[in-house]
Amino acid sequence: MPDPILNVVDVHKSFGALKASDGITLDLYPGEIHALIGPNGAGKSTLIKQIAGGMKPDSGAVHFLGRDVSALSTVERARLGLARTFQISALAMEYTVLENAVLGAVGQSGGAFRFFRPAMKDKALLARAHAALEQVKLTDHAQTITAELSHGQRRQLEVAVALTLSPKAFMMDEPMAGMGGGGSKRLTAFLRELKHEAPILLVEHDMDAVFALADRISVLVYGKIIATGSVEEIRANPEVQLAYLGEEDAS
Amino acid sequence: MLRESTLNIVIASLLLLVPVAALFLDEPFFITLATKVAILALAAVGLNLALGQGGLVSFGHATFFGVGGYSMGILASHAQSFTPLMEVPFLIEGTNSMPVIWLVAMIASALVALVVGALSLRTSGVYFIMVTLAFGQMFYYFTISWPAYGGEDGLSIYVRNQFPGLNTLDPIQFFGICYVILMLALLFVSRLNNSPFGLALAGARQNTERAQTVGINTYRLRLVAFVISGAITGLAGALFADLNRFVSPTMFSWHTSGEIMIFIILGGVARLYGPVAGAALFIVLEHYLGGLSEYWHIYLGAILLFVVLFAHGGLIGTLSKKERRHA
Repeated sequence: MPDPILNVVDVHKSFGALKASDGITLDLYPGEIHALIGPNGAGKSTLIKQIAGGMKPDSGAVHFLGRDVSALSTVERARLGLARTFQISALAMEYTVLENAVLGAVGQSGGAFRFFRPAMKDKALLARAHAALEQVKLTDHAQTITAELSHGQRRQLEVAVALTLSPKAFMMDEPMAGMGGGGSKRLTAFLRELKHEAPILLVEHDMDAVFALADRISVLVYGKIIATGSVEEIRANPEVQLAYLGEEDAS
Repeated sequence: MLRESTLNIVIASLLLLVPVAALFLDEPFFITLATKVAILALAAVGLNLALGQGGLVSFGHATFFGVGGYSMGILASHAQSFTPLMEVPFLIEGTNSMPVIWLVAMIASALVALVVGALSLRTSGVYFIMVTLAFGQMFYYFTISWPAYGGEDGLSIYVRNQFPGLNTLDPIQFFGICYVILMLALLFVSRLNNSPFGLALAGARQNTERAQTVGINTYRLRLVAFVISGAITGLAGALFADLNRFVSPTMFSWHTSGEIMIFIILGGVARLYGPVAGAALFIVLEHYLGGLSEYWHIYLGAILLFVVLFAHGGLIGTLSKKERRHA
């Protein structure tokens, strides 16, 4: 088996008496979509923050590309190639779609400290940005102000900005949230292709999407991973059914 | 309605035409007024980079304005008294050469901005405003209690400093210097705003988390912007001191910070020519309303209130069509 791209080792994080991460171990291998599911309050957001940066685990470590990145900032992890999309779109709303993509390209190039040549005339930045928009099929909206995009289009743009980073791994926080049926299906098809470029750690509430997409699923309940396995294994796992799926699938 | 770029040309031309007309009509007072507009606009151009583009509401830009002013005052006072600034470990003489003074003023204010920024940018929101304000007040009270350079009474420089090949005491020539510097600063800032740096800076203002997740170090980005911003305002401080041939602690007071901010709000936040339009409007109001009543600030307050409530883009935003920078 190849080395994992991302490797979370025995991570603990408590807020007072609440154990938000209680010894979580999780890995992400090249070419896979690893879905993380769990009921509300299971500690998914806390785990994401510890993986992406911005929150330091009390103990345990996060390894990315074979390197311990636990002490690195969000910025440094992004520069190593960890791309993140947000549950609630985090985009520069006054910018056009293209400008948001170029912003990603600026970050990727490490060129935020270039002061004179216009960014929106830089061929390398534009090429990267356009390629990313093309991939998510937002080319027609390149000149649209981001605030005017539909909800689904914003999700697409989130993915496009992540793509401009040429990342080594994606971490996507509920990319399907609030998308219509058609949009959700198209994004599912797109992610199935994307995982060959870089593996995806997918946090998602949409069970249909998770079961359709995931190569492996981990179930997080009260800060602990109670099961990891293939779609069939997770479906068949009685503990999982009780803790999580039971609520929806009992009928 | 005009395009914003057309409006900018109109404003730049007006600022040039008024003093030239005043020259032919033999009204030197209006040349001085226009010079004041150019200098104060320059100070606000500096703040607009931090506040408009970067979203950093600095209530302490008087710090840099004052550091620029005192750079001029200290150097020139030593030159006029023929005493060296310091002898140990090496000799530094005063100077009355404008280019040297400008360079010193910009370096000094950039260094102060580096320290103020490095500390204040660890905070945000109201705390950022308060920390920047506190630094300004620190300098204010320090200069009041520092007897070497005039203390509370300030420092008079009897002859305006020299610029090679020009007679700086001729109002129109001194105006020319200030005007050219203002135009160069505007050119510089407009290039900066369109560069990858400017894109990242304004992107970080709109969404800090976004900028960080694409690998942009927003702290460093803002610090660099703050330092450039401080250096520009510092240069304006040196020119302002030369205009008045006088430096005093007032340059550091929070009223000064507030006024620079008012120029931007009147003219239009984050608009390239907002500082110029705002400073011009402010000086015109000060001149005419000030002639009507000693309490003209009441009317200024009313106008400011109107702009904030009803005309978000300030003067520039009201007079021009919405135009996007990176289109």
